[in-house]
Amino acid sequence: MKCKTLLGLVAASFLALGLALPAQAEDPIKIGVYLPLTGQNAFGGKLELDGVRLAHKLKPTVLGRDVELVVVDNKSDKVEAANAVKRLTERDNVLAIIGTYGSSLAMAGGDVAERAKTPMIGTSCTNPLVTQGKAYSFRVCFIDPYQGAAAASYAFNERGYKKAGLLIDVANDYAVGLSAFFKRSFKKLGGEIVAELKYNSGDQDFTAQLTELISKKPDVVFMPAYFAEGAIIMKQARELGATFVIMGGDAMDNPKTLEIAGKAADGFLQTTFPYDLSMPKMSPEAEAFTKAWKEFSPNEAPNVNAALGYNAYNLIIDAITRAGKADTHAVTEALAATKNLPTALGVLSINATHDAEMPVGVIEYRDGKRTYVGEVTVK
Amino acid sequence: MSLDMFIQQFFNAITLGSLYGLIAIGYTMVYGILRLINFAHGDILMLGAYFVFFGTTTFCLPWGLAVVVAILAASATGILIDRIAYRPLREAPRISALISAIAVSFFIESLSVVLFTGLPRPVYQPEWLTTAFQIGSIRLLPLTLLVPAISFVLVMLLLWMVYHTKPGLAMRAISKDIETTRLLGVRVDRIIALTFGIGSALAAASGIMWALRYPQINPYMGIFPGFKAFIAAVLGGIGSIQGAMLGGLILGMLEIMAVAFLPSLSGFRDAFAFIVLLLVLFYKPTGIFGEHTEEKI
Repeated sequence: MKCKTLLGLVAASFLALGLALPAQAEDPIKIGVYLPLTGQNAFGGKLELDGVRLAHKLKPTVLGRDVELVVVDNKSDKVEAANAVKRLTERDNVLAIIGTYGSSLAMAGGDVAERAKTPMIGTSCTNPLVTQGKAYSFRVCFIDPYQGAAAASYAFNERGYKKAGLLIDVANDYAVGLSAFFKRSFKKLGGEIVAELKYNSGDQDFTAQLTELISKKPDVVFMPAYFAEGAIIMKQARELGATFVIMGGDAMDNPKTLEIAGKAADGFLQTTFPYDLSMPKMSPEAEAFTKAWKEFSPNEAPNVNAALGYNAYNLIIDAITRAGKADTHAVTEALAATKNLPTALGVLSINATHDAEMPVGVIEYRDGKRTYVGEVTVK
Repeated sequence: MSLDMFIQQFFNAITLGSLYGLIAIGYTMVYGILRLINFAHGDILMLGAYFVFFGTTTFCLPWGLAVVVAILAASATGILIDRIAYRPLREAPRISALISAIAVSFFIESLSVVLFTGLPRPVYQPEWLTTAFQIGSIRLLPLTLLVPAISFVLVMLLLWMVYHTKPGLAMRAISKDIETTRLLGVRVDRIIALTFGIGSALAAASGIMWALRYPQINPYMGIFPGFKAFIAAVLGGIGSIQGAMLGGLILGMLEIMAVAFLPSLSGFRDAFAFIVLLLVLFYKPTGIFGEHTEEKI
C-alpha cells in the first residue's frame, strides 16, 4: 500500500508538470482524492480510497472522457489536509474533490475548496460544520445530530433502556457533538441521563470514570469514541464488572474494535451507515458493490468506509453526467440537485444543507461476531 | 461514595500510580546523573511493548521469553541512544542535550509509525493475569496487584544496586561531580551507558505492564505516560528513586480520586496532573525527596 501511495505521488508530480499545457477536449477529467493514508486515521482513509478506486475501475469514463484520480495523502493532519486541497485545486486543476475521513480534516480542506470554488464530497466527516454555510461542500454521509438522535431512539424505543450514562472524549468534536445530541434526544423521549463522565483523547486509563459509571447503574452507556479508545474502554468496563450495555457510533466501525476488545465487545451496540456484510437483505446496489469488492480486494472485508468512498465517486460521476459538461459550476449545481440516487448505502438524496439523507444502521456484537440488527430513521 | 467504591477506586489508583512511578524512575536516574531530561524515555516504553508484540506474533516466542527479550532489546536501544545522541554532547551546554533528547523522541515515534504503521494493535494478555476475582463487591485483576508488587521489587533491587554495589557508588559519584569522578579512574561513559541500560529496561518493563493493563499499543502510546511520569518524578524530587515511586503513587491517587470525588470535572483529569506540576515548581521545586542544589534545571 505504501509503495502504491508513493508511486501515486510520483505519478501525480509528473502530471503536475504537464499542467502548464493548455487543456484539450481529450484530456481526462481529473478528480482529486485527499484522504488520510498515514497517521491515526489511515485505516479508514485507506479503505475509503479503495472504495473510490473500485468505483473508478467500474466507471472509468464519463461524458466520453477518461476519468483520472489524483490521490493525495492528508496524513491525518489538518494543515496537510488544507495543503492537499490547495495542491489539487491549484496545481492539478481538478474538477471536483473526494474526501475526507474525519470532520476536522474535512473542515480544513473544505475552506480551501470553497475559496477555489471546487466542489468537494466528504466521505465520512459527520460534523454539521463541515458543510454549514459552504456552497461547494457536500457529503455522502449523514451528520452527527441525526446519528445521535437515532442512537437515542434505538436505545429507548427498541431496547427499552430508560437510564443512560455518557462517557465523552471532551477533546474530540465528534464525540462531544454526538453525545450532546444523544443526550438531548434521550431526554426528550423520556429517558434519564444518570451520569456524564469525561476523558481526553489519548487517555488509556478509564477505571476511575468506569467505576463511577458502574455505581450509577445505567442501562446503557453511550460512548461515541474512536475505536482504539473505545475498545480498551469496553475491556476495562468488563474487567471492573460493568453490566451495562455500551453503545457507540460509526467511529467504532472497524475490525480492530473486535480484535482489541475481544470478548469484552459482547453486547456492544453500534450505530453506523446502513451497510454491513451481515445485513439480512441487501439492495441490488449494495450487493453489486459487495461482489465487485470481493474481486477487487479479496483479502479485506468491505465495510462502510469502503462503501462511502465508492458512493462519493459514483455521486460525482452521476452529477457530471447530469450536468452534461465538465464545468465546476454546473457540476456543483447538479450535486446539490441529487435526488433518489440508488447507492450501496441505500437511496441517497442530497438535502438543503448538502448532507446525504439515509437511515442509520445498528450493529450488535455477539460472540466475536457483528450482526446487523436494524435500521432507524428519525424525523 | 460508598466504601466499596472507594476501595475499588483505591486499587485503580495504586495500579496506575505504580506504573507512573516505575516510568518515573527511568527519568529520575538519568536526570540524577546527567542532569538531562531524557524525553525519549516514553518512547522506549512504547518500543518495549512493541518488542513483546512482535516477539509473540512474528517470532512466535512464548510470552515469558518475549518479555525478557524485549527488556534486553529496549535496554540495548537505550544504550545506543546514549551513544549516538547524548554522548557526543556531553561537554556541550545542557540545553543541547535536551534538544537532542526531544529530537530522539520524535525520531523514534516517526520511525515507529513508518515501521509498525500508526494502527493500534491488540496485545496478548495471559489469561491468568486478567481473570477478575471478587472480594465482596470489589473486583480485582491479578494484574492490579501484580503491577505494584513488581514495581516495589524493582525499586528495592535498584536501591540496593545504587547504594550497595560498585557501579552504584560510581553512579552516585558521577551525579556529584563528573570530572572528579573521571579523574579518579572511573570509566564514566560506561557507567552512564549502564544507567541508560537500566533506565530503559525499567521503561520497557513498565511499557509491557502498561500494555497488559491497557491492551492496545500504538507508536504514540508513550507520550502521555511519559509526561505523567515526568510530573511524578518532579513531584517526588527529581533524582531520587524513592521519590519517583512515591510521586507516581501520589499522582495516580490524585488523578483517580479527582474523578471519583468530582465526576463532573472528569474532563479535567489531565489538567489536575499539570496543576500539580505547577504547584510543585512554584512552592517546592526540589520535590518531596529532592536535594537542594544551586544548579537550575
